[in-house]
Amino acid sequence: MSTTTGVSGEEREDLTRAENQAVRARSRKLLIELLTPLRRRLALTLGVVIVSTALQVAGPALVAVGIDRGVPALGGGDPLPLLLAGGGFLAATVLGAVLIGWYRVLQARISQAVLYELRRRVFRHTQRLSLDFHESYTSGRIISRQTSDLDSIRELLDEGLGNLVSGVFYTAFTALALVLLDPISGLALAAAMLPLFVLVRWFQVRSQRAFRSTRTTSARMIVQFVETMTGIRAVQAFRKERANADRFGGLVEDNRRSNASVFRLFGTFDPGLVLIGNLTVAAVLLVGGIRVAEGGLAIGVLLAVLLYVRRFFDPLEELAMFYNGYQSASAALEKISGVLEEAPSVVDPAEPVPLRSPRGHVRFEGVEFAYRSGRVVLPRFDLELPAGQTVALVGATGAGKSTLAKLLSRFYDPTQGAVTLDGVDLRALSPADLRRAIVMVTQEAYLFSGSVADNIALGKPEATRAEIVAAATAVGADEFIRSLPHGYDTDVNKRGGRVSAGQRQLLSFARAFLADPVVLLLDEATASLDIPSERAVQDALQTLLSDRTAVIIAHRLSTVAIADRVLVMEAGRIVEDGTPAELIAGDGRFASLHAAWRDSLI
Amino acid sequence: MSATPGPERRKSIPRTMARLAPFVRPALPRLAGGIAVGIGAGLVALAIPQVLEVLVDSALADGDSSAVLPATLVILALGVVEAFAIMARRWLILAPNTHVESRMRNALYTHLQALPVAFHDRWPSGQLLSRAVHDISLIRRWLAFGVVLLVVNAVTVTVGAVLLIGISPLLGGVFLLSAIPVWLIAIRFERTYTKAARRSQDQAGDLATAVEESVHGIRVLKAFGRGGHALAKFERQAEELRGTEMEKARAVAFIWRWLSLLPDGTLAVCLVLGAVLAARGELSAGSLVAFFATATVLRFPIESIGFLLSFTVDARNSVDRFFEVLDEPVLIADPDEPRTLDAPRGRLEFRGVRFRYPDAPASARDLLDGIDLVVEPGETMAIVGLTGSGKSTLTALPPRLYEVTGGSITIDGVDIRELRLAELRRHVAMAFEDATLFSDTVRANVLLGAPDATDEALAEALSVAQAGFVHDLPHGVDTIIGEEGLSLSGGQRQRLALARAVAAKPAVLVLDDPLSALDVETEVLVEAALRRLLAATTALVIAHRPSTVMLADRVAVLEDGRITAVGTHSQLLAEHEHYRYVISSLETDDTSREEVPA
Ligand SMILES: Nc1ncnc2c1ncn2[C@@H]1O[C@H](COP(=O)(O)OP(=O)(O)OP(=O)(O)O)[C@@H](O)[C@H]1O
Ligand SMILES: Nc1ncnc2c1ncn2[C@@H]1O[C@H](COP(=O)(O)OP(=O)(O)OP(=O)(O)O)[C@@H](O)[C@H]1O
Ligand SMILES: [Mg+2]
Ligand SMILES: [Mg+2]
Repeated sequence: MSTTTGVSGEEREDLTRAENQAVRARSRKLLIELLTPLRRRLALTLGVVIVSTALQVAGPALVAVGIDRGVPALGGGDPLPLLLAGGGFLAATVLGAVLIGWYRVLQARISQAVLYELRRRVFRHTQRLSLDFHESYTSGRIISRQTSDLDSIRELLDEGLGNLVSGVFYTAFTALALVLLDPISGLALAAAMLPLFVLVRWFQVRSQRAFRSTRTTSARMIVQFVETMTGIRAVQAFRKERANADRFGGLVEDNRRSNASVFRLFGTFDPGLVLIGNLTVAAVLLVGGIRVAEGGLAIGVLLAVLLYVRRFFDPLEELAMFYNGYQSASAALEKISGVLEEAPSVVDPAEPVPLRSPRGHVRFEGVEFAYRSGRVVLPRFDLELPAGQTVALVGATGAGKSTLAKLLSRFYDPTQGAVTLDGVDLRALSPADLRRAIVMVTQEAYLFSGSVADNIALGKPEATRAEIVAAATAVGADEFIRSLPHGYDTDVNKRGGRVSAGQRQLLSFARAFLADPVVLLLDEATASLDIPSERAVQDALQTLLSDRTAVIIAHRLSTVAIADRVLVMEAGRIVEDGTPAELIAGDGRFASLHAAWRDSLI
Repeated sequence: MSATPGPERRKSIPRTMARLAPFVRPALPRLAGGIAVGIGAGLVALAIPQVLEVLVDSALADGDSSAVLPATLVILALGVVEAFAIMARRWLILAPNTHVESRMRNALYTHLQALPVAFHDRWPSGQLLSRAVHDISLIRRWLAFGVVLLVVNAVTVTVGAVLLIGISPLLGGVFLLSAIPVWLIAIRFERTYTKAARRSQDQAGDLATAVEESVHGIRVLKAFGRGGHALAKFERQAEELRGTEMEKARAVAFIWRWLSLLPDGTLAVCLVLGAVLAARGELSAGSLVAFFATATVLRFPIESIGFLLSFTVDARNSVDRFFEVLDEPVLIADPDEPRTLDAPRGRLEFRGVRFRYPDAPASARDLLDGIDLVVEPGETMAIVGLTGSGKSTLTALPPRLYEVTGGSITIDGVDIRELRLAELRRHVAMAFEDATLFSDTVRANVLLGAPDATDEALAEALSVAQAGFVHDLPHGVDTIIGEEGLSLSGGQRQRLALARAVAAKPAVLVLDDPLSALDVETEVLVEAALRRLLAATTALVIAHRPSTVMLADRVAVLEDGRITAVGTHSQLLAEHEHYRYVISSLETDDTSREEVPA
């Protein structure tokens, strides 16, 4: 594994040659993958561009013909050559214009197809990547991949690529026309190639690093921005505005500097091109002028040659623009391809074992688990949950309860051993089967912006309104939902900010209720509820859980009331295991916990 | 799909752009210089064909080659001047422009931080992000190229037209005539393009929002296996954006077609006319050459109208979108004549406080419907009420995260609206019900409200919150906790949030359900430590559980938007039926339930 595999080299600007090549090879591969399905359309577009530039290039030659042949012939009473030249010019123009319009549409179609596919892939892939990736990568960076990086690719495709193709052909055709019209002037142009090459090379080498740095600095800016807006309450309540503004200002300044260094390169490159172009024009004029004066060259041809030489350098500026876009887009593509290269640590099986009618028999077999960052959180253990059992999982905070639940819902894979459902390793189940069978209500009740109904329906996308209402009613959420401004169609705002914490929990609970899995994991699903609501939820649970396996994590031991079995965890180990009555009657951890909890009640 | 609030107002392009003045002003001299130099370069480019005319007419026609060298030298000099003018243009504009971008970005960020929470409730963050990044970059590019090219090209085309008329009134006239359809086409284009462009920018913002939510909500999506569902929705949105982009592309194709047809078509007509004139001897060969050479110089500026126009429309939309946010009034701001509290004792009083969220239906009564409550200095008051009764809302009012819609809140008799926000929020610190941590070190997170605090203060706050676990983290208090602290357990996050409020050492401490994620034993420890601290601090504590109520000296019952009773826990338990209903779990918690057969 090289140090630049996936996203690991992202923040570095000092890549070695080999690393550079690896990074570029992978983005090239991605680009080819994206373009391959479009090759027909690309070929058509290319054809259209070639013809339309050829038509544009024909212009000055036709003017030369008009002047050199048409004028004398007209003097001699023959309008035909002139009319031919003028008519040819007009026809070339009309056809060229039609083709250019067509070309714009074709090219937009290609560029939009690529963008769409790229967006989709990044989205799909980030959804597939495991939580340990997301925990270290942060959402801000993914967002910047999908926004500002995609923007630079869009710019390249929309403007740059068209410029490149038409520019290349324009230059080539112009050079060709020039050589055909007047080979001697062609020599002048050839002489200009050397300084041109030096200039382009200089620019290329200098700009590459600068562009990579603009992408990195802009991503840092975005990360800071997203974090601030996400945590705006804490920012304001703790008066972080000033400090944040300073930090953001610093990041903006870094980004400004890297942008400025790019522009500075252009400030030299672009006039350099013009200078070379103008010197060539002068050279052609000197040689051509003398030959015209001596009668060796027609005036019209001289004009055409001058126009061609000047036009030869016109698209070069556009090519530089392309190069600009290209650099910036390839830096962006490098980062995107890095994300796409990340392999999920929780992998979907190639040949999933089908799970017909799961019963909900769960086993942890010799399972050990450590988060990517460190020490073993769950030392090796075995655990069996018979189908249909309701298990309460209790223990001190940080003991590893959520971790155990996350293993069972396959947010992570155990570092050793296996978790099985009805005898099948979770790693062998298709994601669809797995998620249908096992659902977890996480400790963080996250709602998406969108209506209340949509949020509940996340548990079962094809649910009817009646089912949604039934689920909400079952958990006791119906009443408050109806009191919202638009009832079930009320937008809960970003992160469900429109509803209270307890209401958020009720909605996530309704979601799980609707999903109706055989194994249900509830991680502190009632912690923010008031006691009457908690009671209602528990009543609902009692009916719901009668025929399914459930793991309920709760600090409020009232949950224990509906459990068949209690597991007590301490520092990653299951230290007690038994029916509630047994444990309460005993003198272990749970008995004292329960006593303490009883005392806290009134 | 449009998630963009804000009125649909349309000002003319110059008036919209003029709003950038405060940001552009410092860069104005150099920008103007850049434009002037740019015009210079354009004029030089136009001068070259005129030299050509003289050369052709005076020298080449007579077969006299002696004039070629001086003319070439003049053209060479002009060419060098043009290159340097372009260089000067770039160098003049570059630096100030990047500064304009930075200024705008910082201004937006600062403004967003100042905007009240109510604004952030309403605005999807993707929309804010796309304004801060995409729109501002676009404006910068427009200022660097768009404006400059617009002015330079306008001047070049005007001067060029005059020159063309000077060369031949007839040919020049024909050329000018073609400007009329160009103008009409441009107007039509502006109309069709504007709408699509605005829609596409908004849709791009919505897409950014979708991405953000899909990452923030990844646990839920995974837990329910709804990644595919989210993807389908995202694809739909991306598809819409693609449709809009194609609409834009068709509009652009339309104008490109005409803008390349018209000038070249006119040239074809001019070629025939010019040749006729030349054949009749009414136009010299040199003039004909100069005419076409000049017209060629004008080709690019005319062709670029389409590009510049769409660029300008995009930039105008971006400016609109930028100001849509910047124009949002900071409704919660410092008073004009602030008072100060030198040694706050922390007497917190709610007097007839009313509050309703802006989107509440007109028929609904206020969420907080006249709250009267006094928390004496050093006293701890618990707030008890049903889910959704408005407890969190009530606690968001003293630090002015939301503004009361009626009545007033005072600290030591001073209306909180008379204090500077920074001062008020120094006196009032909060622990939110969701922990809201940042992907930063434990230290930075805990000392958020007291960045200069000592290590002892940090240790003390951590010990009050029973957050000793941080010492077991790989780098202790300097460990970076993952985004939103999600690499910690729920109870660990909550204790850090609690430590943060404690570390700020406020006069009034507001704790929103601070023990909900703690196990019974840790809860007891935190309670004991907190009670020592709370003995000297005024505190408002939201409680769902009796154990949390134990922190308080007195309890206030929030019911139907009012405080219906204040008293000690045992008093209320004895006297207040609603309180019993909300807080007591005893009635259902009889032992019979616990003996459900295994
Ligand atoms: N994503 C993560 N990366 C690294 N360490 C983690 C991560 N999530 C949890 N931990 C650590 O693993 C341990 C167990 O955490 P877990 O969330 O399972 O606790 P818990 O029993 O659910 O506690 P609580 O009751 O507070 O929710 C804790 O010490 C925690 O800091
Ligand atoms: N940003 C908002 N915009 C509109 N309405 C809101 C907003 N936040 C909360 N509400 C509504 O106001 C009511 C009170 O919410 P609040 O969060 O204050 O309740 P709470 O008493 O803290 O409840 P919980 O115990 O569940 O935390 C709820 O009905 C909720 O739907
Ligand atoms: Mg947990
Ligand atoms: Mg609340």
